[in-house]
Amino acid sequence: MTDLPASPPGRKQLGLVIDLDICVGCHACATACKEWNSGGHMAPLTDFHPYGGDPQGVWFNRIHSFEEGDGEGARTVHFPRSCLHCAEPACVTVCPTGASYKRAEDGIVLVNEAICIGCKLCSWACPYGAREFDADVGVMKKCTLCIDRIYNDNLAVEERLPACVMVCPTHARHFGDLGDPNSAVSEMVARRGGLDLMPELGYRPVNKYLPPRLDRMAPAPGPAEPPAAPDPAEGNRLLRWIDRLLSR
Amino acid sequence: MTFGERWRDYWSPREVIDTSPKVSDEVKYTTCYMCACRCGIKVHLKNGGIRYIEGNPNHPVNRGVICGKGASGIMQQQSPAKLQKPLLRVGERGAGEFREIEWDEAIDTAIAWLSRIRDDDPRKLAFFTGRDQSQSLTGFWATQFGTPNFAAHGGFCSVNMAAAGMYTLGSSFWEFGEPDWERTRLFLMFGVAEDHDSNPIKTALSGLRSRGAKFVSINPVRTGYSAIADEWIGIRPGTDGLFVLSLIHELLRADKVDLDYLGHYTNAAWLVIQSPGAANDGLFLRGADGNPLVLDGNGALASALEPGAAARIVGEAMLEGGGRAVPVFQLIAERYLDPAYAPEAVAATCGVPAETIRRLAAEIAETAFAHEIEVPVPWVDWAGRRHETMRGRPVSVHAMRGISAHSNGFQTCRALHLLQILLGTIDVPGGWRYKSPHPKPCPPGPRPAGRADQVAAGRPLGGAPLGYPMGPEDLIVDADGNPQRIDKAFSWDAPLAAHGLMHLLIRNAWAADPYPIDTLFMYMANMAWNSAMNTAETIRMLTDKDPATGEYKIPRIIYSDAYYSEMVGYSDLILPDTTYLERWDCISLLDRPIGGVDGPADSIRQPVIAVDRDVRPFQDVLIDLAVRLRLPAFVTTDGSPRFPGGYKDYIALHERRPGVGPLAGWRGEAGADHGRGAPNPRQLQRYVENGCFWKYELPPEQRYYKHANKAYLEGAVSMGLIDNAEPIVLQLYVEPLQRFRLAAQGHGPVRPPPASAARIEAYFDPLPFWYEPFEGARIDPHEFPLHAITQRPMQMYHSWHSQNAWLRQILGRNRLFVGRAVGRRLGLQDDDWVWVSSHAGRIPAQVKLMDGVNPDTVWTWNAIGKRAGAWNLAADAPEFTKGFLLNHLITDLLPEGGPPAANADPVTGQAAWYDLRVRLEKAPDADAGAGKPHLPALRHPPSFAALPEVLRYGAPRR
Repeated sequence: MTDLPASPPGRKQLGLVIDLDICVGCHACATACKEWNSGGHMAPLTDFHPYGGDPQGVWFNRIHSFEEGDGEGARTVHFPRSCLHCAEPACVTVCPTGASYKRAEDGIVLVNEAICIGCKLCSWACPYGAREFDADVGVMKKCTLCIDRIYNDNLAVEERLPACVMVCPTHARHFGDLGDPNSAVSEMVARRGGLDLMPELGYRPVNKYLPPRLDRMAPAPGPAEPPAAPDPAEGNRLLRWIDRLLSR
Repeated sequence: MTFGERWRDYWSPREVIDTSPKVSDEVKYTTCYMCACRCGIKVHLKNGGIRYIEGNPNHPVNRGVICGKGASGIMQQQSPAKLQKPLLRVGERGAGEFREIEWDEAIDTAIAWLSRIRDDDPRKLAFFTGRDQSQSLTGFWATQFGTPNFAAHGGFCSVNMAAAGMYTLGSSFWEFGEPDWERTRLFLMFGVAEDHDSNPIKTALSGLRSRGAKFVSINPVRTGYSAIADEWIGIRPGTDGLFVLSLIHELLRADKVDLDYLGHYTNAAWLVIQSPGAANDGLFLRGADGNPLVLDGNGALASALEPGAAARIVGEAMLEGGGRAVPVFQLIAERYLDPAYAPEAVAATCGVPAETIRRLAAEIAETAFAHEIEVPVPWVDWAGRRHETMRGRPVSVHAMRGISAHSNGFQTCRALHLLQILLGTIDVPGGWRYKSPHPKPCPPGPRPAGRADQVAAGRPLGGAPLGYPMGPEDLIVDADGNPQRIDKAFSWDAPLAAHGLMHLLIRNAWAADPYPIDTLFMYMANMAWNSAMNTAETIRMLTDKDPATGEYKIPRIIYSDAYYSEMVGYSDLILPDTTYLERWDCISLLDRPIGGVDGPADSIRQPVIAVDRDVRPFQDVLIDLAVRLRLPAFVTTDGSPRFPGGYKDYIALHERRPGVGPLAGWRGEAGADHGRGAPNPRQLQRYVENGCFWKYELPPEQRYYKHANKAYLEGAVSMGLIDNAEPIVLQLYVEPLQRFRLAAQGHGPVRPPPASAARIEAYFDPLPFWYEPFEGARIDPHEFPLHAITQRPMQMYHSWHSQNAWLRQILGRNRLFVGRAVGRRLGLQDDDWVWVSSHAGRIPAQVKLMDGVNPDTVWTWNAIGKRAGAWNLAADAPEFTKGFLLNHLITDLLPEGGPPAANADPVTGQAAWYDLRVRLEKAPDADAGAGKPHLPALRHPPSFAALPEVLRYGAPRR
């Protein structure tokens, strides 16, 4: 068992806010994550049978596309899934070696590869499927929130963001301190009714999902008919324009 | 730190994390080529390899973002399918038996074949390119060689949109215009649009939703962008034209058209002669000076081009000698007010409820006319009149492949433009805006070259092989009306084939129709697989031999590609190309530049990593061949190379017209000129210093109404974008179409052969109309009740990315997506196998049921299925054990049931991929591979390395 750091209110909790209203499922965040992290803190993100019958690799961020609802009310949802950096992460408390840990200073959940024994208890404990076992080295890997970007003095300040946030063409991904109720991301969550994933499980995910603005999916109220212009009798339809002059 | 934290640190020492690793040793800017969008990228290099590719934040196309493909460029560079060395076929075509040869031998072989052709009859070379971004070079090379048989792949991709747009408004959907994303309030997107301009569109859609503009997607399938639409209209494939004309019906009925705009900027008031049977029927009534005429307020004829002239839109001019003439608008109103276009009349055909059409028309009217925009920027129109504001109507449209890939695509696209123009939304605030270098005259010049008198042994062609015919006299036909190009572009089969007809190339070359060719020379065009209609038949033609001589019917095939695509296996001489990260390139204003709505722009690629195999950039090879063939523009008077540095020198030094070259930025010897200017030997360096792109921002007063904006038009002339500053009048009524129709009625010196006359007369309607797509009209709808189409996945570009280790993990096989109602009827569940049958054959496919699809439509992802052995994938790769290719069911010719004709649009010849009709049958225990068209695995060329079992990219650099 690994202990969690104390988590007093207001303590920094870095995380992501993902806007399901504008995600088109393009996979840019998934491949940018793979690309950055292939040379990053947990590198490599090994790929097995990359050109074979069942190519399987380590990905910290995957997109699931599915339909929700039935018939007329159905919609297509693109759902990016990565570590939620829970406030109460079962993947940490279940770890027998302390390899899986939550950082006190910013809430990021990481795996210390040096002491991970690859027992996979954490992946069983995580209900979100966010852990990725690298069988090549026998170590569990996961989203680091790009810890080697967000504090990186070699990057310009505006680039100190997780790769998935930097890249998103629809700007559906946001990064910030969700422990601070006044941060831009917290305000966005409050304004848009941001949701926890499976809150009933009690892990208190830090990452939030902004739901689709479903009110806008209904047809906009408008006049049922084109605005009034009397429809002249058959054969006389052109009369209304008979005296109209156009100017060039 | 709390006590607990200190305790934990004591027992489990904290990991030491380097939070500031050095990202890269060097950053190089270039242009992405993982698809056609041409985003700017920053390539981070570290320890001699690529560490990371990201978007260039300053680049006008992507503004720093990058897509799923672009961020996987590393794996494209790692592809095990990269060709290694020139290859010469030693076995039979399709066997994959090659001998590796040196470049000297490769070039000598090509020269031996090509010089003989050029000295004899240049037409015997057919040079066609696929997703090529160097068409300003490849087209110029063909012209210099002297063959009319040149085109890129637009004939099977976009030409319906290009031609409809160019003849109507001097620009087109696809890449040459876009909605006014910042100001539009109602955006209608028709058809698949996910593989061009994809990052700009994604970013813009997000902006629309964030600021509350409405986004309506009209698409048989609800995936991708449609998933975030405010409203999805799951229309029946191929009926968009009827749907749009019904919207026009409703708008006309309610008098919700912008008459002021029509008067100033369109040919709405021009008089059209109504004299059935006469040689001038349907042409504009013209004055002695040739200018079109209008009916003024007093009922007298007046020049249509006079500024300020008042003109009737309904009325009648009686002509001397009989007949009459009426304004274009009157013809439009008469036609589309007909009850045949009423929502109730079209609803069943379109699969869209009448109330939806009526409501959408009402929303369009409300948005356009109750929410007019005025941007407080004064501007001066073409006639010198000052306007205090720029007024606009915030309704916009975008359309792509879902419109163009039907046999009614040209007229459907015309219908869309008619809707846009009637609403007054072309290049106005909130509407649809021209992207530089457009607008151009409708249509732009020049006319195509290639008639017999323009072809001569050993000489360049008498003009560019592609262009825009204005009438029958511009066709490339002989005196009997027979085609003169190998693809039959610009013949009576496809008069406005402005992009050529690559999809007919192989059949015609095989059949020696209209004449035999000697050598087929192609570049990155996968004609032996996903770029061909009826793939198995195409392969048969590529491998068919003349029994008398034992020679292949297509005698020689030269092919250039960077990867082991299916086409490589069917070629005789392979000239291996580099990847996009290994070469110079230009995204030229002479071709398809990256210009935007606020001004022109172009860009380059530079090599960011060294070539590690014996391959050469195709453009360098092409210039090398040109020098050896002594093509005049590529050699100096003493025969030495004009561009000794190859393509790099050509980009900077070539002049197409005085002062106009491939790149518009930093011209002139000092690099101070833009647009026109002397060649600048340091031009590429200036591009590199600027992140590999150039852009010019138009001043605010030139950003709208470009077709009639004096300052814009004059500026565009001085930049070399257009030839004169005449206003560009939007063509609601397209007179050149009527000229073809008159010829079909027996008028004029150039007339269609009798077999073509009825077809020309029917489809060359100068006002848009809808007709049922040809395949659907010929097959028995009970036998083939379903439409079958493809969609473009956002993480894959055509066939390119199955070799990409990351992207194929996301989409390594495709399924057939079937509506739940059809699934219930056939007793299908997810993962069941079905036989998909068309009139041409059947293939097995594995099913996935879904709600978001038109109930009479099935679909799959494009080009995921692969030929076994191609792309150097392992023998058990799902791309061929389970994936499938719909192309096997699509034919290049129409099914029986009418005169023989191409499965194509009758106006432009565009391939009608999306007209496919199928039926499904549940296949109990179908063996995934057994029922496929039987094609053995392609063998690999020599020197392909063994495939890695484990890829640990990045590990050594930790």
